[in-house]
Amino acid sequence: MAMKENGHKNGYRVIGTRPIRPDGVDKVTGRAVFGADLHLPGLLYGKVLRSPHAHARILSIDTSAAEALPGVKAVITAADLPQVADKVKSLGESVGNLRYMSENTLAREKALYHGHPIAAVAAENIHVAEEAVNLIEVEYEPLPVVLDGREAMQPGAPILIQGLRTDELGKLGSEPTNVAAHIQHKRGDVEAGFAEADVIIEREFRTETVHQGYIEPQNGVALWNDDGHIHIWCSTQGAFAVRSQISDLLRAPISQVTVTPLEIGGAFGGKINVYLEPLAALLSRKAGHRPVKMTMTRAEVLKASGPTSGSWIRVRMGAKKDGRITAAQAELVYEAGGFPGSPVGAGAGVILAPYRLDNLQIDGYDVLVNRPKASAYRAPGGTNAAYAAEAVADELAEALGMDPIDFRLINAVKEGDRRADGPMLPRIGYIETLQAIKNHPHYRQPLEGPHRGRGVAVGFWFNWGGKSSVSASVNEDGTVNLVEGSTDIGGSRASIAMQLAETLGIAAEDVHPQVVGTDLVGYNDVTGGSRTTYGTGYAVHALGVKLNEIMRELAADLWDVDVEEVRVEGGVFSAGDRSITFKELVAQGSDTPITASAATHPKDAGPAFAVHCVDVEVDPETGKVTILRYTAAQDVGTAIHPSYVEGQIQGAVAQGVGWGLNEEYIYDEEGHLLNASLLDYRMPTAPDLPMIDAVLVEEAPTPGHPFGVRGVGEVSIIPPPAALANAIHRATGVRMTALPMSPSRVMKAMIEH
Amino acid sequence: MQAFDYARVSTVDEAVRLLAARNGDARVLSGGTDLLVALREGRDSAGLVVDVKGVPELMEMFFDRGGGLMLGAAVPCQRMYSDEPIAQAFPGLMDAASLIGGVQVQGRASFGGNLCNASPAADSIPALIVHKATAVIAGPGGRREVPVEEVCVAPGRTQLQPGELLVQLRIPAPEPRFGAAYQRFTPRNEMDIAVVGVGAAVRLNADGDHFEWARIALGAVAPTPLLAAEAGDALAGKAVSEAAIEEAARMAQAAASPITDMSGTAEFRRRLVGVLTRRTLVAAIERARRAGTHWNADLR
Ligand SMILES: Cc1cc2nc3c(=O)[nH]c(=O)nc-3n(C[C@H](O)[C@H](O)[C@H](O)COP(=O)(O)OP(=O)(O)OC[C@H]3O[C@@H](n4cnc5c(N)ncnc54)[C@H](O)[C@@H]3O)c2cc1C
Repeated sequence: MAMKENGHKNGYRVIGTRPIRPDGVDKVTGRAVFGADLHLPGLLYGKVLRSPHAHARILSIDTSAAEALPGVKAVITAADLPQVADKVKSLGESVGNLRYMSENTLAREKALYHGHPIAAVAAENIHVAEEAVNLIEVEYEPLPVVLDGREAMQPGAPILIQGLRTDELGKLGSEPTNVAAHIQHKRGDVEAGFAEADVIIEREFRTETVHQGYIEPQNGVALWNDDGHIHIWCSTQGAFAVRSQISDLLRAPISQVTVTPLEIGGAFGGKINVYLEPLAALLSRKAGHRPVKMTMTRAEVLKASGPTSGSWIRVRMGAKKDGRITAAQAELVYEAGGFPGSPVGAGAGVILAPYRLDNLQIDGYDVLVNRPKASAYRAPGGTNAAYAAEAVADELAEALGMDPIDFRLINAVKEGDRRADGPMLPRIGYIETLQAIKNHPHYRQPLEGPHRGRGVAVGFWFNWGGKSSVSASVNEDGTVNLVEGSTDIGGSRASIAMQLAETLGIAAEDVHPQVVGTDLVGYNDVTGGSRTTYGTGYAVHALGVKLNEIMRELAADLWDVDVEEVRVEGGVFSAGDRSITFKELVAQGSDTPITASAATHPKDAGPAFAVHCVDVEVDPETGKVTILRYTAAQDVGTAIHPSYVEGQIQGAVAQGVGWGLNEEYIYDEEGHLLNASLLDYRMPTAPDLPMIDAVLVEEAPTPGHPFGVRGVGEVSIIPPPAALANAIHRATGVRMTALPMSPSRVMKAMIEH
Repeated sequence: MQAFDYARVSTVDEAVRLLAARNGDARVLSGGTDLLVALREGRDSAGLVVDVKGVPELMEMFFDRGGGLMLGAAVPCQRMYSDEPIAQAFPGLMDAASLIGGVQVQGRASFGGNLCNASPAADSIPALIVHKATAVIAGPGGRREVPVEEVCVAPGRTQLQPGELLVQLRIPAPEPRFGAAYQRFTPRNEMDIAVVGVGAAVRLNADGDHFEWARIALGAVAPTPLLAAEAGDALAGKAVSEAAIEEAARMAQAAASPITDMSGTAEFRRRLVGVLTRRTLVAAIERARRAGTHWNADLR
């Protein structure tokens, strides 16, 4: 496409600009309706009773005293939840067995983690509900607890689920176990590769359970109507994913379930699985079909919504003197929590992905422990994996006396290479992203001063396309109402509207996007996997093309020419020497209303790469790490709304820094979570972070996408802990092989060094 | 949170009467940044909550160079550091006032509440102790005044009896060449609980090169905030030197009896006591030397 005068890069008019987000005013004025803001006539309030034990058999539950409390309208236990059979269910970013999902919703025979729901109450107000919950008497038989993945793999470890058998590379084992699955990727001859190496580095790493830390706790309102129809209002990444879970868990036909997504205050993967919604629905039915609202407290969010896995990882890499990696091997043990389903599969795919390898072996284990069931967290499984691999790569580069970026350039994957986990890579911008850091003023300026160090690390993430449905109607004034089903978590209403505006050649402000519920739009996959701007953008492009076709016909009618003669470019319709803009053409009037819809499922979303560089200073007396400067370069394809792309990168870095430096679930020996508050679960605050410089690398538009969009939401959470560990090493001489690298741990390591 | 009765009082007597009548199930409400959180989370319960923010005596501050600072128990931190003369006279107290929580919390949180909440990690208490602050307590039997270091008796417990309330904190006017500082160690730079907190105050001689007296107080390393009396006393009469500071830091470490919990190990905490004692002493000395010049200028 030719550059237009005053046009943006690639000739775009809307893409690459920074319009104000359509949801902005309502959010800054407090008018936006989030899940907990919804109020319906006759609303009841629900509360969950949670297990005080990390592992216990439930011997009996007596709800009579709670039921007798004035103001209590319903009490439910697992007995009220339909029994569901084993069935594997995919929710986009996570896959799970339906029976386990049901048991995670309400414990049946056993409580498997501290905070596991046991029963729930609906009452006239939340205070009565809280009091009623305390009146439920549960008799438990406490069982031995196992919290560490590798201990849970040992013979004799307490078994969480008696019927579980290991899926051993596709074959089912015969013994009771906590190992739900063993997966493997293998290529070439690893031992021969190591024999060729001049230097081999092998290290073991431990990372802790961490939480997404979204601001808005889980919530949901449910009305199970007298006619059998279930209506759910909630804050979710995917209304259709909630609908299918409700349908499966409550055994209600899909057509009897309506889900309306409300505004969402962050999710990062944590709001795909349902927790409260099925309970609220059951309570609603039992309470005489009154609507029931449930919200989690922060402590409940931390204890019982899905965090991401703690892990143990071993990485071994060997290289020749010239820097070429000859073999690499990784073993990953991911803690799934009380039920199978850690992101070890993704971790195994991420761990060696940036490296071109002829000889490799990756083994991953999905292991049950008495912690909350893990759910997706931004590039699920990727951050811990890269932390291990990137620290080893750094050490290898150092041993070879090579610049860490040059070492990665020598070994970088590019188009046509096979990823460690198999698939062939399409056009990617990894090498350009490495160059972006190598040539950045930050990297070129030497870091001076005592106790200071610079670290770099890279990250890979798969990205995803997914299914999207959209529809639009053109208003008489030439503006367009856009209806979509992708919940907007990070500014996607803006980025989707902009792609439709670009396709139609109208202003971004002339597209009015709206996210609607399951009855009002076709199926949409969840907002996750960095897919929405890519996949739903793909759909609105198709939609715009259809609208343009209708408009061409209108122009043809107007000018009384053949439709083939009408051309359209940049919102201007022309035939011969006549031309008319989109808006002018609409103003001419149309006999039939102008509407269209589109549904798409693009299959080859391009993967994303990030390269980060960080400078730190370590207090030699306290071990506290201060970040002096942070630069994050990312292969972004085409930045639709650059501010929101930068925002995604900065947010991902902030989370990665928290994961690297201070965040961790702290349990006592009996498996009680000790730090279930945001005071004690230490996410970074603004004073803990420097300005994060986001460098957008737009040199490799994704092939197959009309605007070259590449998912940008996740990959930048992957490098930060590794980059920090590498920087801390340069500053102190210490290699930190466990996260978080909190002051006490860094201090201890420095003293022992 | 369970229902409770609420009373807003306008005199100390009224507060004492209400508190005394409730046999221990009444709670004083100042800023509420501890109390309301504890009630919501079920860590505390109350039959009656007595809001004292309407009592003028608890909401006032007076400062003069003769009598020192009289700080109403419920005055929020934000009002303290926004008051220029007070902020200038007591930078060591402002260190604590500007650390507690964040901006929003400081709009409500009071030193009185911080003291009565009796957390071993409370930020204002070591600072108050090194300033030789006293607490004025009113009860059915009248008023009494006790040194701040004697107020806390156990984690979450003070020597106040049912029916008593803290009215005021009294802080002596800074002597010439007096300097004080409070610092804490936290993994995060804001919104965190002290792993260790240390307050230090010094008075220097006319030349500013010898200690006349010094006080050191420690937070989060004992069941209550702690006056490390020996560590401070050992400095009296000594020349200001690295060796003297180092020695005081060692004695402060010896006075600490830290435990291991999720905020830090005992070993790490003991180490931090040494680090922060050195750092706060250095800061206090610097302030004392600067204050020396202010005072001289003032007296002329
Ligand atoms: C987000 C957050 C961050 C925080 N960060 C810090 C921090 O960094 N450092 C720190 O030290 N604390 C911190 N706190 C705790 C709290 O803010 C402080 O302890 C504060 O000083 C308490 O003052 P208040 O006026 O709010 O007390 P309140 O909550 O009103 O009272 C605290 C306790 O003292 C009692 N009490 C109050 N006034 C009197 C009185 N006059 N006589 C007798 N008893 C009384 C109350 O009954 C209650 O038990 C934090 C709290 C929050 C919520």
